Amino acid sequence: MGIPQESSQYELTVNDSKYVISGSWLGESLLYVLRERLGLYGSKNACEQGECGSCSVMMDDVLVCSCLVLAANAEGRTIKTIESVADGSDLSDVQEAFIDTGAIQCGFCTPGLLVTIHDFLDSNPEPEESEIKEAISGNLCRCTGYGRIVEAVQLVSIRRSNRDT
Amino acid sequence: MSLLEEGIASTAGVGISATRPDGKEKARGDFLFSNDLSAEDMLWGQTLRSPYPSAKIRKIDFSQALAIEGVHAILTADDVPGENIFGLEHPDQPVLAFDMVRYVGEPVAIVAANHPEVAKKAVDAIYVDYEQLDPLVNSQEAIEAGPIHPEGNVIRHMVINHGDPDANGNITVEGEYEVGMQDQAFLGTESGIAFPSADGGVDLHISTQWLHSDRDQVASALNLPDDLVRVTLAGVGGAFGGREDVSMHVHLCMLALYTGRPVKMVYDRNESFLGHVHRHPAKIWFRHSADESGALVKVEAKVILDGGAYASTTSAVLANACCFSVGPYRVPNAFIEGWGVRTNNPPCGAMRGFGNVQTCFAAEAQMDKLASALSMDPVELRLLNALKSGDTLITGQKITGTAPVKEVLTSLSEHPIPDGVKGDLLELPGGTGRTTDNSHVKRGIGYAASIKNLMFSEGFDDFSEARCIVVDGKVSIQSACVEVGQGFVTLVNQIVEETLGVSEAAILPVDTSIGSAGSTSASRQTWMSGGAVLKACEAVVDALVLELQKEIGVEYERVGLNLVPKDSSDSIAIAVALRGRNFDEHVTHRHLPTFPLDHNGQGNAHVSFAFAAHRAVVDVDQELGLVRVVEIATSQDVGRILNPVQARGQIEGGVTQGLGLALLEELVLTDGKIANANFTDYLLPTAMDTPPIEIAAFIEQPEPGAPFGAKGIGEPPVISSTPAIVAAIRDATGFELNRVPVKPEDIALNGL
Repeated sequence: MGIPQESSQYELTVNDSKYVISGSWLGESLLYVLRERLGLYGSKNACEQGECGSCSVMMDDVLVCSCLVLAANAEGRTIKTIESVADGSDLSDVQEAFIDTGAIQCGFCTPGLLVTIHDFLDSNPEPEESEIKEAISGNLCRCTGYGRIVEAVQLVSIRRSNRDT
Repeated sequence: MSLLEEGIASTAGVGISATRPDGKEKARGDFLFSNDLSAEDMLWGQTLRSPYPSAKIRKIDFSQALAIEGVHAILTADDVPGENIFGLEHPDQPVLAFDMVRYVGEPVAIVAANHPEVAKKAVDAIYVDYEQLDPLVNSQEAIEAGPIHPEGNVIRHMVINHGDPDANGNITVEGEYEVGMQDQAFLGTESGIAFPSADGGVDLHISTQWLHSDRDQVASALNLPDDLVRVTLAGVGGAFGGREDVSMHVHLCMLALYTGRPVKMVYDRNESFLGHVHRHPAKIWFRHSADESGALVKVEAKVILDGGAYASTTSAVLANACCFSVGPYRVPNAFIEGWGVRTNNPPCGAMRGFGNVQTCFAAEAQMDKLASALSMDPVELRLLNALKSGDTLITGQKITGTAPVKEVLTSLSEHPIPDGVKGDLLELPGGTGRTTDNSHVKRGIGYAASIKNLMFSEGFDDFSEARCIVVDGKVSIQSACVEVGQGFVTLVNQIVEETLGVSEAAILPVDTSIGSAGSTSASRQTWMSGGAVLKACEAVVDALVLELQKEIGVEYERVGLNLVPKDSSDSIAIAVALRGRNFDEHVTHRHLPTFPLDHNGQGNAHVSFAFAAHRAVVDVDQELGLVRVVEIATSQDVGRILNPVQARGQIEGGVTQGLGLALLEELVLTDGKIANANFTDYLLPTAMDTPPIEIAAFIEQPEPGAPFGAKGIGEPPVISSTPAIVAAIRDATGFELNRVPVKPEDIALNGL
């Protein structure tokens, strides 16, 4: 094969916007299309085999590694990326807690972790430490040793429960 | 509000847990890492690499590859415009292989195409006729074997002869140890983009650790003057030593200059494992002798580091491995011999801990053996022999700075030990995937201590430049210091606030338009570039005082963040006095000179030393060979803490990498080929593998000569954490375990 085969066009719904993808190779992953065709560089490529979680996005409310999803297969699905976790505000509470607790060093794993943690806290608002560790164990971080990240999740949980009472 | 009150309002600065100025961008995913860069009309680069550890190249035919639609360039060694050689300490590696290949993964040809998949297809379509040779993969045999490189196999041979070779204690312990090949495994793989420029030069945006070292090597290979090669730092997704060497740098520039278009390259994870140096695998023999009180009398060692096919930093790594082989202890007589050798294994070079890691693992095991032979408590033995300020190292260098080894060990041993084995499934070895129960789990506790030299050694002219630019009171800092995640950008803000009372500083783009800041490595940037920024800010204050004296004839003296006139009490805040004024101060900061080692390995080769100790508590399921690290506690000699949260982050991250080497991380080689160059098979610690990391104490004794008294803190956490974990497993199992990583079969099948 020389040039990647051109596809018939397909449509993606990402962060509430519709995008038409045309003239692309059908073998492109969702991660590649998000980054290189839509310019949404927040999702990261660190292993491209579903081990590191750096490319985590939500697809129809299910946490997935976007490196393992064919972009064309995501047609008709609702994709949410790191670019939408703040939901229109400056920063989400999880993003804020990451900054406050020192959970960010190089920051490469950060977007994937944030997508994962948003999803996790939605289903488990007051987690035990062991549950937090299990929830983020699909996201590799090479800089922090996870301590500040776990603390960030705990801080969000406390701040949310203070806000609600 | 009076001017004075405004000045007093600035109370932050050095010592507080300031947050990262790039935190918001990084949390939003807006921060641009090197692989997030793109350009109009950009091409994608790809590298053809050798599949063989040793082979002659008879012929390269890329005619079919070049015919693929969308392929714009295929370049080989014939196309390297300048010297086809590079190297971090010493040029000995081809930019593109020409006559032969010496390791699996060595670059042979490079491609630019309109799509990354097209570039991959083109690489696959290049035909190379190789004549395979028998690879040399045993580092011990390499010392005597026929040369695999024109410069021979021994990159460096060194000895340390210190004291009386005939001295001997009554108690002697001996052991052989091995350290496997660890990888930095930074998450952001190598990536960058090169732009050809109208002046015939090239602009390279890349993630690296040392812009100027890259620039010099690229310029030489391209046959361009230095000023036509402009290197700009692109966002770095971790480094840990693995970005100190040139990887794709020259390739990108060659492709951009040839095609006249911007070219981007991103290694995938497999290629990243092939495309950067690793931690040197080591074979180490030790003999320790002590008198009956436990005082060390003599240490002998032989150390062989496998440098792989090319030198990289092997020479300096070997020096560290030998100079600090005996650990943070007083040793009156030491005879150490070390070799750093070439083999047809993947090249090895810098990784956090840099040589100290390998010998520390072995030497700390020896200390435990000695304690056992003496029926002494391991901590007590270490305390008895602990170095202190004024003591002499085995290199004959007297420690003139602080050396709180006793304080580090004592505070650690006094820290409470966690409770016994718990029944919670998640907290047993193997977690929920376990197939055994509580009754098979044994607990062990182990200690280890370490020494690390800070900054560059052996006479290297180590410096960092910085500029402090003030425009109408607004401060910008320029430095070529690379931020890899360690938090230098936070420290810059803290230093500006501490010295000028200005709470926000702009950090100018990090590039080669200013002089070198040296590498972000060797635990050196707080001292070197932090020191340079401090000096530049102080130079601004000096210039301000002079200007005020000239303008209004009043002689001011600096008191804290204020300027006080000599003959009155009406002080003015520096930050306020800077308003409406412009300054541009450019400084160079150097540490005190160091000197080469002599033929006996003696000399004042190092600047300063940092010490740490670790205690590991582990639960081991001996039948299954599973280990769960329950807790790691540590005390560290830090000089002074400049940012408590960032310091904690360095320690937690470093300890976790030490845990990786102890239990999980090894590039497994088969005839020179990496068998597990991916994240499914090269196991990094996850959050589930990482225990709570307790900081028993930061020992704060300001280091003379260090800016703010602060010692580098990045490397010590990774050095003695590994031996502490293995000591704890030995404590639980009684097994010798003389190789890291300790794998399940080393425990479950021990003695079988």
